[in-house]
Amino acid sequence: MLNKFNKPIRVAIYASIALTMSFSHLFAGSSISIGMQQEPTSLDPTSDATASIDGMLSHNVYESLTTVNESGQVLPALATDWQVSPDGLEYTFNLRKNVKYHDGSAFDSEDVLFSFERAMSEDSVNPTKKIFKPIEEISAPDSHSVVIKLKKKDAFFLFNMAKGDASIVASESSASNNEKPVGTGPFIFDDWKRGDRLVLVKNSNWHDAQSVSLEKVEFRFISDAAAATAAMMAEELDAFPGFPAPELLEQFEADPRFTVTIGSTEGEVILAFNNKKSPFDNLDVRRALSHAINRDEVIDGAMYGRAVPIGSFYPPHGAAYVDLTNVYAHDLDKSKELLKVSGLKIDELSLRVPPFPYATRSAEIIQAQFSKVGIDVKVENVEWGFWIDEVYKKKNYDMTIIAHTSPNDLGNFARGPKYFYGFDDPAYNDLYAQIVGEADPEKRNELVKQAQRYLTDKAVHGFLFQLPKLGIFKNGIKGFWKSAPVLYQPLQAVSVN
Amino acid sequence: MRRLVNFLVTLFAVSIIVFAAMNVLPGDPALTILGLDATEDALEALRQRLGLNEPLTKRYFLWIGNALTGNFGISHSFSVPVSDLIIERLPLTVSLAISGMTCTVILAFVLGVFAAANHKRYGDWGVMVISQLGIALPAFWLSILLVLLFAVKLRWLPPGGFPGWENPTDAIRSLILPTLALSLVQSAVLARVTRSSMLEVMRQDYIRTARASGFQRSRILWRHTLPNALIPIVTIIGMQFAALVTGTIVIENVFYLPGLGKLIFQSISNRDLPTVQALVMLFAAIVIIANFIVDITYSVIDPRLKDRA
Repeated sequence: MLNKFNKPIRVAIYASIALTMSFSHLFAGSSISIGMQQEPTSLDPTSDATASIDGMLSHNVYESLTTVNESGQVLPALATDWQVSPDGLEYTFNLRKNVKYHDGSAFDSEDVLFSFERAMSEDSVNPTKKIFKPIEEISAPDSHSVVIKLKKKDAFFLFNMAKGDASIVASESSASNNEKPVGTGPFIFDDWKRGDRLVLVKNSNWHDAQSVSLEKVEFRFISDAAAATAAMMAEELDAFPGFPAPELLEQFEADPRFTVTIGSTEGEVILAFNNKKSPFDNLDVRRALSHAINRDEVIDGAMYGRAVPIGSFYPPHGAAYVDLTNVYAHDLDKSKELLKVSGLKIDELSLRVPPFPYATRSAEIIQAQFSKVGIDVKVENVEWGFWIDEVYKKKNYDMTIIAHTSPNDLGNFARGPKYFYGFDDPAYNDLYAQIVGEADPEKRNELVKQAQRYLTDKAVHGFLFQLPKLGIFKNGIKGFWKSAPVLYQPLQAVSVN
Repeated sequence: MRRLVNFLVTLFAVSIIVFAAMNVLPGDPALTILGLDATEDALEALRQRLGLNEPLTKRYFLWIGNALTGNFGISHSFSVPVSDLIIERLPLTVSLAISGMTCTVILAFVLGVFAAANHKRYGDWGVMVISQLGIALPAFWLSILLVLLFAVKLRWLPPGGFPGWENPTDAIRSLILPTLALSLVQSAVLARVTRSSMLEVMRQDYIRTARASGFQRSRILWRHTLPNALIPIVTIIGMQFAALVTGTIVIENVFYLPGLGKLIFQSISNRDLPTVQALVMLFAAIVIIANFIVDITYSVIDPRLKDRA
């Protein structure tokens, strides 16, 4: 078709086509398409617990006073630095200057006061309101500093303030953040097609914008694991940082186009016992059942070998981890003996499992394992809404399988008899109070180790494995976290080559 | 008039059933939204905000009162008006249902008429075997096969997603595979019905007379046999349309299409009562309207039915 033009014009046309192509290539290099399994219903992390809101927006669109790095260490964010009073009760934060919200309004201490008061108020619907409970009073001596007084010492305070739930939002935009999020972070919200995709673009006004290499970020929501695999294979997506199906990993590992990473999350998967209910109120029974579990078999069958076993309630990658997987080694004779010692005759137990593949698959294996010590396990696969109501809220269950994905969640065991574990132990409550009150990291780690040993000794639950973080990336994509110490994934350091 | 009353009574009954079912179903919208770390006071504040603490009957009458004025309430989990959610997603599901239905009818007619014309010959057996396979295959599995072949292996079409109608070429491209997946299974059933209904008519005396008079084979087939075989076919099409609309729930999940099917699936797991309520009513209305259209079509196909009615 081009032949009808004379030569110089043809050359010019070819040259301009080549030029546009090279430019579009440059532009394509700085944009990324990321697969997400979970679709958010809202875009406001301060009023909805859906993990993908944090996963996409926290520390990308929204920022908090502090943030953390991949190993969970607390770093400055909207607060450039802070001083803690010698008694550990007063935190003075110095705020970053010349920061603007994406809608152009200025950020100052008023916004911090507003965000905290909103989260702490009586009608607050903040999903982790408990992280604000230690706060006694918050004040702003000037426009760029904030003083927070605590009721009692809280070793996790700075870490907790990095969470998406503690995002610093502006009073002008907080009400519409559920649809149109406005923050101060390195990316600006651009578009959300509910159920389909969410688009962010780079914020060139961010304080460290020159370090951000992505111009455009597109999240695509694909809940079905087979569809997610097809989308990666067809190169519709560049990255799937939280890939849902360990059974489908092998084909990506065999494909030279992709890099596969296997890291850790904060999710401890437990076979929860209803400690208040007979026969689980009997320590010998809980120990007997713990001995009946063969973790390696569970991990092979349910996770295709892609998980690390745990012997207590603490992630193996954590600084205070102690390996307690041998305390209740798989031992059927010991299990039967302990059952005999308990004097209880257990024929049948129910196991109500939520609709997550790790849980439903583990349940079948546990069922087979418990039958070897003469216990008939009835597996009931229930839907999430049912699980939340019947198991979690009404505690109407014998056993269940669930991953606890929050960091620093040893406090679950100190939530008293109303929590669904049914575990209520004053000695443990004291121990946990000491952990929270201990400012010295070394000493705190010692106490955390002690807590792990205590929970294992009491065989509160069957501790199974740590939920892995499976990531699939097209070659040349760098900067994603291999492990996830928090729910969010900062994208400022991510690059596409 | 009688039809309109029937329509309203059915919708009213559906609304009561959905409302009762969603309330009997164990679940807690507030806990679903705020998650397992939520404190009791935050949950209570949210329940208050969503109006979940009001008595059941009061909530129902409040809902029906608003619905009559066209206000379907605010979605619990999305916190935006339910009507916005539906309007946003309706075009995709409607496009999918229409293209699926069209494709189903064309495929079924071609295969069914072909089989009938080749009765007791290889062509007939071939169509019967293929349609038997089509009936036996689950739609989601067929979808995965289609994606693996056309999106992953050949790279002709996208594996899923919908770019929106602002971009017509891409929109059509992304609807091809879901349409195929929807219609292949549906047309298998319809092709068999078309075939047997055609065979029935072909045994009639007037067809024999037409043949004896020396009419062209194709003219007899398309002009004389098919129109007379339509009544049972249209009945099945009406039933299939309902199946097609609900079939989009599966297809939209496999092809990650942001349509109504995906929305209802998500809303039920989130115990988002206002959204589920509105969507079930909408689906019920679509099915009732489809049946109504089938009834009207009868009298168009066979004018004698109009006089009888």
